[in-house]
Amino acid sequence: MKDKLIYFLELTGLNWFVPLVKLSTGDSPKHQLQEFGKMVGVPLFAVVVFLMLWHMGAAKVITSLGQVPGPTQVWEQVNVLVDEHNEAREREVAFYERQEKRNAAKLEKNPDAEVTIRPYTGKETFFDQILTSLFTVFVGFFIATLIAVPIGIIAGLSDTIYSALNPLIQVFKPVSPLAWLPIVTMVVSAVYVSDNPMFEKSFITSALTVTLCSLWPTLINTAVGVSSIDKDLINVARVLRLGYFTTVLKVVIPASIPMIFTGLRISLGIGWMVLIAAEMLAQNPGLGKFVWDEFQNGSSSSLSRIMVAVLTIGIIGFVLDRITLSFQKFFSYDKNAVIR
Amino acid sequence: MDKYLNIDHVSIDFPTPNGPFRALENVNLKIDKGEFVSIIGHSGCGKSTVMNIVGGLYQATEGGVVLEGKEVNDPGPDRAIVFQNHSLFPWLSCYQNVELAVKSVFGKTRSRNEIRDWVNHNLELVHMSHAKHKMPAEISGGMKQRIGIARALSMEPKVLLMDEPFGALDALTRAHLQDSLMDIQAELNNTVIMITHDVDEAVLLSDKIVMMTNGPAASIGEVMDVNLPRPRKRLELADNPDYNHYRSEVIHFLHQRHARKVA
Ligand SMILES: Nc1ncnc2c1ncn2[C@@H]1O[C@H](COP(=O)(O)OP(=O)(O)OP(=O)(O)O)[C@@H](O)[C@H]1O
Ligand SMILES: [Mg+2]
Repeated sequence: MKDKLIYFLELTGLNWFVPLVKLSTGDSPKHQLQEFGKMVGVPLFAVVVFLMLWHMGAAKVITSLGQVPGPTQVWEQVNVLVDEHNEAREREVAFYERQEKRNAAKLEKNPDAEVTIRPYTGKETFFDQILTSLFTVFVGFFIATLIAVPIGIIAGLSDTIYSALNPLIQVFKPVSPLAWLPIVTMVVSAVYVSDNPMFEKSFITSALTVTLCSLWPTLINTAVGVSSIDKDLINVARVLRLGYFTTVLKVVIPASIPMIFTGLRISLGIGWMVLIAAEMLAQNPGLGKFVWDEFQNGSSSSLSRIMVAVLTIGIIGFVLDRITLSFQKFFSYDKNAVIR
Repeated sequence: MDKYLNIDHVSIDFPTPNGPFRALENVNLKIDKGEFVSIIGHSGCGKSTVMNIVGGLYQATEGGVVLEGKEVNDPGPDRAIVFQNHSLFPWLSCYQNVELAVKSVFGKTRSRNEIRDWVNHNLELVHMSHAKHKMPAEISGGMKQRIGIARALSMEPKVLLMDEPFGALDALTRAHLQDSLMDIQAELNNTVIMITHDVDEAVLLSDKIVMMTNGPAASIGEVMDVNLPRPRKRLELADNPDYNHYRSEVIHFLHQRHARKVA
């Protein structure tokens, strides 16, 4: 039980708690406390120092929107944003209740009356924007993975295909999302025409921009991982006469999983950064739009709200990275490899 | 004339930036069924290349290999290979490594129970049943090599090819594995080609020792039959005059007549 818990914590990157678990079962308390101090105490100290410097530094800079907010003002805005979100939810519930009452009244008078329920169209709250962004980045990243991993494997297995793709990869890889965005927008507008679209155009545009930018690290890492598989392992597959697909499935993919996941982690990180930029530039719903709207809004609390968004973006990026890292550890055969 | 395995006038060129490099020239070797043959020679002379051609991993430029009357053109489980660095799949347990081989060779002809029993039988043969559910990273080098041998044996090969199977092991482990291999050989009577650097190993295990000349364009210098009675015991052999004679013959070949020019 204890070992399982520790394994789970290490797998998910929550190493801080391991000493606590060991402590709770009476494992050399002094040593565990020291470990805990090192793992939690030191980073905590650094965070406190950062907050203090921020607090002192912020007071010295005056912008056209007033003083640069310190940690306390930002924290206030977190609460405000939570309250706004709750209010919006209440309004939404109330809105539907009113409609249902009205409809019920109509039906009582005339059972054949046609009733409709109009959807709520309030302004998205901060938390709605977070969900939109997360969903968009996942869709974009998912498409990128579906494209990059198979192509990476094929390119890694064949020198010819690799040298054919290499120039394209090298040229497209460094292109900034901001350059892709207009092209993607135009192409989506031209191609994605439907009277009753399942997704918003803006959503498709953002997701595809994420795809285009986060494709490359996965592709390159997969190709490199596959091409550096120990030749003898491939030879074993040849001796066993495994077919192409069996070889890929049973030998190539398991052997290059660590590299594939390294690529996926980089891709997801890039995708998240790209998405925020794309949303700002294209006014597509999401956290980026939130930042842009606040910037245009220019009220006294705007800077604080933007800082809340900045911190949120950072924390989400960190959590996403941790999640992929856990997957990487889970799927890799070499559990002891040091992966950071 | 018609031997079990016939390596027939094999030559091979490797493409290099400076034109083709002839690694083997006119290699001729005939092997009987159930024979244990060692190939010995200096590093880089082309021993692995011979084995890879028999294994079908390389294609001879001239000549060819005939096994039981059929020409060998591609790799296959009838010529199982034990690689020098074990080459187990690190993401599979010892059992699963052998199982993968058994399933791909006998998956269509044997039932699930038969496959399981056969995997266990081969693990038993190399004395690895106790660690069958461990991962390769969790066992010693000698144990990995045992699993590699079990995997090769489980394919029921016509010819077992071993490329310096014990080269990376310490002397004591190597001696253990040599004894195991002799026991297995006494039981199964496989046809084996083993590459080695170790003169004692060659004399101890083989029915026939093939000594290769130095490359480039290496070929077979001498073939020596080893007529020592089996079962062989390494302790008794130490004082056996025949054993010492064979040993000195091989050493003489390697160090006098074909001493490496570049040390
Ligand atoms: N794929 C290849 N391409 C080019 N040259 C090769 C290739 N494989 C082997 N050679 C060359 O052929 C010669 C024989 O190599 P081989 O690996 O068969 O030697 P070996 O006797 O097995 O050596 P060792 O005892 O060190 O394993 C060497 O000069 C080597 O450089
Ligand atoms: Mg070799």
